[in-house]
Amino acid sequence: MDHSNAAALQAALEPHLPDCKPGGYRIVLDLSRLSYISSAGLRILMITSRQIKSQQGVIAVAAMQPVVREIFDISKFTLVLKCFDTVGEALAQTAP
Amino acid sequence: MTMLVRIWGCRGSLPVATNTSKLRVRLIAALQAARWKTLGSKEEIIRFMDAELDFSVTHSFGGNTACVEIESGGSDYVACDLGSGAREFGNRALAAANPGKSDTFHFFVSHLHWDHIMGFPFFAPAYVAGNRIRIYGCHPNLAEGFVRQQRAPHFPVQLSQMAADIQFVQLEAGVSAEIAGFSVTPKLQQHSGDSYGYRFEQSGKSIVYSTDSEHKLEQTEHTRAFVEFFRDADLVLFDAMYSLTDTISVKEDWGHSSNIVGVELCQMAGAKHLCLFHHEPIYEDEQLETLWRDSQRLEEITRSGQPLRISSAFDGMEILV
Repeated sequence: MDHSNAAALQAALEPHLPDCKPGGYRIVLDLSRLSYISSAGLRILMITSRQIKSQQGVIAVAAMQPVVREIFDISKFTLVLKCFDTVGEALAQTAP
Repeated sequence: MTMLVRIWGCRGSLPVATNTSKLRVRLIAALQAARWKTLGSKEEIIRFMDAELDFSVTHSFGGNTACVEIESGGSDYVACDLGSGAREFGNRALAAANPGKSDTFHFFVSHLHWDHIMGFPFFAPAYVAGNRIRIYGCHPNLAEGFVRQQRAPHFPVQLSQMAADIQFVQLEAGVSAEIAGFSVTPKLQQHSGDSYGYRFEQSGKSIVYSTDSEHKLEQTEHTRAFVEFFRDADLVLFDAMYSLTDTISVKEDWGHSSNIVGVELCQMAGAKHLCLFHHEPIYEDEQLETLWRDSQRLEEITRSGQPLRISSAFDGMEILV
């Protein structure tokens, strides 16, 4: 995920955002097949997270590969998004 | 040919100074680490410091604002920006001056914000008759910016009263100029009131000075243009003032960039050495060291081509190119 395809992530997420609020959906991103994320991808996650938080919704990421996890650590994105080891754990921990 | 880049000032926005309590913290850390060691000679002490103490205990990233000298073996001095680091640069040049011989200085100014010009009133060679000072920039009000900061009530000596021959030279973004043995190409950058980066090329070597520049890598054309500007550079001095999270949230559009974007752009461009520059004045040395180490680790885990060397600028640093 880099500057060349970050817009596609944004486009994919956008339709789901209005319903990501109390009584609606939670969004858990399964990152198990993501091998790299650049600042452009992180920016989309930041924008998405801010919108969801503004409507009291919940977004989390799960199952990061080690490199992606380290990029999250270095960029301090572990403080921006809730991070879980597995999708199951994310769903359980973010359940209302 | 080898060039030498000397950092006279690398702090962003405002000069910073250490203080007694911070100095004592360092001394305590050093002395604690030295307990039970036998350090009989100066050489043993230096070896111990270099091998066993943290960089931020033995070094300070420094407090002067931007001023970077590029030494290429020519007779003229070449430097970027005239932040507070220019004072020490000027003192060193005066000390090295040959009696009866004048010197020529070429300064390339990124922009006219305070921290990038505040050193000029204290640049001692400007007060020496016979010296020639050429100040290059792309802002149409380049001269006015310098004249105004020395007008009353801001400073007691007006620019016109300085004895050296001072001239302002207009450059154009994207148009290379041959100056002091370099081919110099300015580039427009995203910053409040605009800023300009400079690419210096000589004998197959290239140095890019790119500070006070915000990057939005999702903008394809912007990214492509900067990758070309940094392309295969031997050294890129890069504005890494803020964290990535700050630049894409609370400090978006503040005109600065992050270490992470610096690594990405240099990797895309195939640059050889990234030097983190324009340090946030609120960061202590320990934070700047962490930022540097994190940047090195990021480069390591995301490397796909040649290794990118990463350093973090400190006042007094010298880089061979």
